[in-house]
Parts: sequence; C-alpha cells; structure tokens
Amino acid sequence: MAAISGGRISALTDRLSIGGEVEPVGDFSLEYAPAPESTAPVRLASQYGLFVGGEMVEPAAGRLAPTVNPATGEALAEVSVADAADVDRAVAAARTAWEGGWRDLPGAERAKYLYRVARLLQERAREFAVLETMDGGKPIRESRDLDIPLAAAHFFHYAGWADKLDYAFSGRRAAPLGVAAQVIPWNFPLLMAAWKLAPALACGNTAVLKPAPTTPLTALLLAEVLRDAELPPGVVNIITGDDAAGAALVAHPGVDKVAFTGSTEVGRAIAAEMAGTGKRLTLELGGKAANIVFDDAALDQVTEGIVNGIYFNGGQVCCAGSRLLVQETVADTVVGKLQRRMDTLRVGDPLDKNTDIGAINSQAQLDRITELVASGVAEGAELYTPECVLPERGFFHAPALFTNVSTAHRIAQEEIFGPVLSVLTFRTAEEAVDKANNTPYGLSAGIWTEKGSRILWMADRMQAGVVWANTFNRFDPASPFGGYRESGYGREGGRAGLLPYVELVA
Amino acid sequence: MSDRLAVNKTYKQFIGGAFERSESGRSYPVVGAGDQLLAHAVQGSRKDVRDAVAAARSAQDSWAGRTAYNRGQILYRVAEVMESRRDEFCAEVLRAGDGCTEADASEETAAAIDRWVWYAGWADKFATVLGGANPVAGPYFNLSVPEPTGVVGIVAPDEPPLLPLVSRLAPVIVSGNTAVVLASERCPLAAVTLAETLALSDVPSGVVNILTGRRDELVPPLASHVAVDSLDLTGCDAELAAEAARQAAATITRVVSASAAERQWAVEAAQSPYLIDAFCETKTVWHPKGR
Repeated sequence: MAAISGGRISALTDRLSIGGEVEPVGDFSLEYAPAPESTAPVRLASQYGLFVGGEMVEPAAGRLAPTVNPATGEALAEVSVADAADVDRAVAAARTAWEGGWRDLPGAERAKYLYRVARLLQERAREFAVLETMDGGKPIRESRDLDIPLAAAHFFHYAGWADKLDYAFSGRRAAPLGVAAQVIPWNFPLLMAAWKLAPALACGNTAVLKPAPTTPLTALLLAEVLRDAELPPGVVNIITGDDAAGAALVAHPGVDKVAFTGSTEVGRAIAAEMAGTGKRLTLELGGKAANIVFDDAALDQVTEGIVNGIYFNGGQVCCAGSRLLVQETVADTVVGKLQRRMDTLRVGDPLDKNTDIGAINSQAQLDRITELVASGVAEGAELYTPECVLPERGFFHAPALFTNVSTAHRIAQEEIFGPVLSVLTFRTAEEAVDKANNTPYGLSAGIWTEKGSRILWMADRMQAGVVWANTFNRFDPASPFGGYRESGYGREGGRAGLLPYVELVA
Repeated sequence: MSDRLAVNKTYKQFIGGAFERSESGRSYPVVGAGDQLLAHAVQGSRKDVRDAVAAARSAQDSWAGRTAYNRGQILYRVAEVMESRRDEFCAEVLRAGDGCTEADASEETAAAIDRWVWYAGWADKFATVLGGANPVAGPYFNLSVPEPTGVVGIVAPDEPPLLPLVSRLAPVIVSGNTAVVLASERCPLAAVTLAETLALSDVPSGVVNILTGRRDELVPPLASHVAVDSLDLTGCDAELAAEAARQAAATITRVVSASAAERQWAVEAAQSPYLIDAFCETKTVWHPKGR
C-alpha cells in the first residue's frame, strides 16, 4: 500500500514554496515506494500465559483474549486474561521474592541484573521494535528510534542508581517499600514498562506489572528477557488481562505501592480506592498541553516542533502539544505553514519506514477521536485535514487541525489522544499564560521564542511538570517526567524518579 | 492594685490577614488542665474554610514570586517574634495540656522557634538539594526545580498544641505555598497566638490562614475544595483521613501525612528537606543547545 495517494501529489507541487519562493516545478511526482520493515525477527506464539514466579503459567480460569494488530484488525496471538486468583498468585510471588532475598540483595548486585536487562533489550532491539509496532500500531520509525532505545536506556540509568541510593537523598537512607503494583497504558508499551520496573527494582522492590489490554506482547517478550537475565523468580511478574485485572491488582491488600499511568478518570478512581489503605500511590495521567508560539520564534522550526508535538505517535501521547497557542500577529503564517506540512505527512502502514502517522491503537480510541472531532465541528471550530487515502483495513485517522477554537470548546478542554490539534491565539504573554494554564491538567507545555528571558519568565508560570522550550516531546531517563494538578503526582526519570519507590528513613 | 482585673483575649480565626469570628457566629469552649475553662474559641464553618482558601489562593502567586532570600528572612522573623513572646507561648502550651510541666512547655516552645529558624535557612537551599541539572543524552540544557504546589490544607494534630503545627506549617510555606490550617481541636489557643505572631512577622496576608473548630465539620470542605492542591492530614484519625483522601481524589489533590518518625516532634527526624519536597512539584525545563 502506498502511504501517499496519487491524488495528493498535485496538491504537493502547488505548495513547494514552503520556506522560500520556489517556482512551481511542474508535473513531477513524489511517490514514496513502500519500505516495509521485515517482520522476520518476530516469532509469535499462538498463545501466551502469565509470567508469574519466573515462569509462564496458564491463567487460573483459562481465559484467553486476542490481541489485535490495529493496522490490519487481525489477531496476532491470544493472551491470557488474568483474574483475581492470578493476581493473588502474582502478588504472592512478588512478596516471596522480596522477602526471600531481593530486598536484602546488595545494590551492586541489583544493578548488575538491571544492566543485563538493558543490554539484552539493546541486543534484541529490532525484534522489540517490530513487535511493538505490530501490536500497537505506532510507526516503526518511532518504536525503532525512540521507544526501544529509551526503554533500554531507562534500565541502564536506574541500574546505576541501585548501588548509589545512599547518595541520592541528603541525610536520609532510602528503604524499599515492598511489592509494587504497576499498571501501564498502551501508547508506549515497553517504554512504560521500563519506566515502571527499572526504578522499582533499582530501589529494591519487587513488582507485578499489568500491561494494557491492547498491547501485551512486548511486555511478554520482556518476560523472556528477564528470564535470560536470570532475574530471580518473582522479582518481576507480568500479568496480562482486561481493566478488571488491573483493578484487582491495585486493590490487592498484599501490595505496598501502586503506580498507574493512564487516564485521569481511572486515576481518580484509583486514588479514591487507595484512600485509607496506607499504600503509596503515584499517578501519571492525562494532559492538554499548550504549545505556545511567540511572533519572534523561528517559524520553520516551530512548524516542525508543532508537528512533532501533536502528530508524534498519532497524538496518542499524554504530553502531546494538543493546543497550539499562537501569537495573533503570526497566526495565519503559522497555520499556513502547518497545513502545508500536514499535507506531506504520510499516514498508513506503521511497519513502513516512511510512515509518519501509523494506526490508532484500537477501534475504541478511534471512536473517541472521531467523536471529539465531530464535537469540534458541531461547536463551530473550523477543521482542516489534508487529503489522504487511509488504508481500508485497520484503525486510522488523518491528521487534523482546528482553527477558530475557543477555550470553552471540548476540543480545547478534553484530552483527545489522537492526531488533532486545536489552534488558539493570544496577544500578550500574560494572556498566553492564562490560556495555557486554563485546563485542570498540568503535564507539559511548549514555548517557542528567540528571547531567552521570555522563555524563563514563561517557564516559571507554566503549571506543568515538563516545559519544552524551542523543542517538544523530548524524553530521557535522567530527566524527571510527571504532572502538576490533575495530570497526576510523582515523577519518573532521574533522581526524582526514585522517590516513588522508597521510604526515606532518618 | 495587685488585684487588677486581667484583660482576657478573644481568640479569633486568622483569615486573609484579619482576625475574625466565624461568619456562623459560633464558638466552643476550650478547657485546659483540670477542666478549667480557658476561652471560647471560634467554631469555624464551611464558609470560613472557603474564605480561607480564597485568601490563600489569592496570596499564593505573589508569595511564591518573592525571592527565596526574602521568604527565608520572613520565616526567620517569625522565630524572632516568637522568641520575644516566648513566655506567652510557654504559658499557652502549659495551660493547654494535662500533665504538661513548665519544663515541657519551655522545651516545646524552644523547639518550635528553632524549627522556624531551621526551615528559614532552607528557603534558598532546598532547590539546590532537591533539583539540579540532568545530563540528558542529547544537546539540551535540562534543569529540574521544585516549585510549590499552591494552596495546602494542613490538619494539625491535637497535641502538643504548638510544635506539631509549626513542624508541618514551616516546610509548606517556605517553598512558596500558602496554607489553610485547621488548628488543634482540643487546644487551639496556641495556634491563634501563633497567628498573631505571624501577623507581626511580615508574613503577607493570606499566606497562612488558621481556622479553629470541629475537624469533622471542617476537613471535608477543605479536602474537597478544588483550589486546594495538597493536603497534610497528619491531624486526622484514620477514618477521617480516609474520607478526606477519597474526597481529595476527585481533583487528584496530593495527600501527605506525617510518618511515625516525623511524629517524634522534638527530634531531628521531624524536620527534613523532603518534607518541603512533599509539597512541591518538580518542574523540568528543556532547551536545545546550538550556535
């Protein structure tokens, strides 16, 4: 399947004056030949069990559910659906492993296990990347260049902390908490597993990880890596299943710590459920980030930054720059540049190395995006979407841009989690601050200006845990990530990322 | 004239820099050792909680916007003013507690003053200790800094009446948070006297608001208030704390409670930069490096 349709080519030639006055180049064609990544490194089983106590075991009730390739709608394999009995087993295995030695293992030894995991991930990076793309629908370029390398880097970073905890917190000793229950989302499946497991293990905890229902396969492949790393049985347990399995896990009385990444709605429910239990909780929830563009910014870089901010992983990113706040004087210019750039985005087969926007993760997510886009049109915003032919099978959504958006519109308030950008304008820096902070969320923000003092002035005022200035969507294991307000609490990454997994003892 | 009639103090709430009775007009008797009536304290209402939160909210930006040096000096000033009124605090603590000796009261007062001094010194240091540059794998400047969460609701323990309150309040405001404090229910008078001290110490109006009254009545509106960003439930019993945490969940409000070690109020474990951190958010700023 060609990722770009014939119908779009003539449109593209009309627009080649981007960034300068280039003459129309006439009747030529820019066709991208398909460049599919080989699926050969991936060896799928037909059925997968649960990873409990160091072994793959069958679920107690024997329930299985298919996991689907969202780019085709076809089932890739059947995975186990854990129930309460399986959760019991997994938590018990984690407890046994903790009390049976992991908590007392010298940090230097824990470090070596984590280094092994990092190295094994690097060695099998291509296999993980392809599998991630097959199971989740994200472009192979992203899983290959970002998800998998960052996951390995995360294990490597926290490996080094395991024997240096005494240097992390002034005047305090960092003691492990016990068993961590970790529930992760489908947008960065392996990376989120790494973000959860690496600091937990480095600090001397054991874990029960529950991947998202639609993206279990790289977590199950990670189980293989953990076995190859000879991680002691039960230190990490991975149970697949539906939302009920996740709920049973976080509610389990044998759990000391709960870490959840997902929607604010579920985060609220978990926080309410944890009330009074004494369990430690960290939440990484939704966002509605403002990407703020001042009139002195380098507008071509800005255009790339905005595109990366909202169309990276198809906008299925909690920190996506889903609200563009652009200074009125340059609004038309920026929107024009954006539309031209959007016309060149390639939507389609996630396994194609040229694809910019892959599949939406599930039918349910596609329905939500479609519904919110319809609400934007109904509320009077103006929709722009490039002509592009979407694949006939699978779940796809063209990149979309709304202008004429008011702050009260649903598309300006609610997290869409899709390739949909809402454009608002501002006149003064103060107005930009007010509009940027005018959501209950507070995960990330972007600032684009060439004026350094303005960057710092704005950064101070952003109610956001991560502020990207003249860049967007950068991630690093050494850099703390997490939200203000209803985007959650706790940080992942760096020294701050250790805190959720330790008790500080005088 | 040795039998001069004393002028008794009216113990009011402290909201937005003013000493006020409750809008509800209610009060409740406060008794000390030997069931002796000490005063009628204000029995605050839900409306008082809302007023206090509004005062704290409107004071927060400018408090956080002051320099760390300035906040440090103001916290130190609190210690200075408390020191000058040390006898009054000692007397307040002494008469509040059953079995409290003069030595106990003196020790508690001294420890409370010293705690202000300790946290005052953190104002321009905690960001150095808790934040810093992050060596990311790319050409980026990357810096993490702790910032105040905003408005913090603090439920002070019942007793002792002074030191726990100071131990929980100082680390909250030193970073630039503002606070709505529910004073000890059983012995709230020292908290009101502390409020008078704060009013004399250049602490801006609304930075600290102190309510007195029934915890069962005041904690729920505080915990469920959307403008409250963090809660310290140290003074709640298990049941009330659980209920408050459930209400806080609706807006993902941060919930903190003192650990057993931190409840050893007089010892060093009760003070920590990580207690400042508990009421901060880490903000991380990225910028590319280039020519």
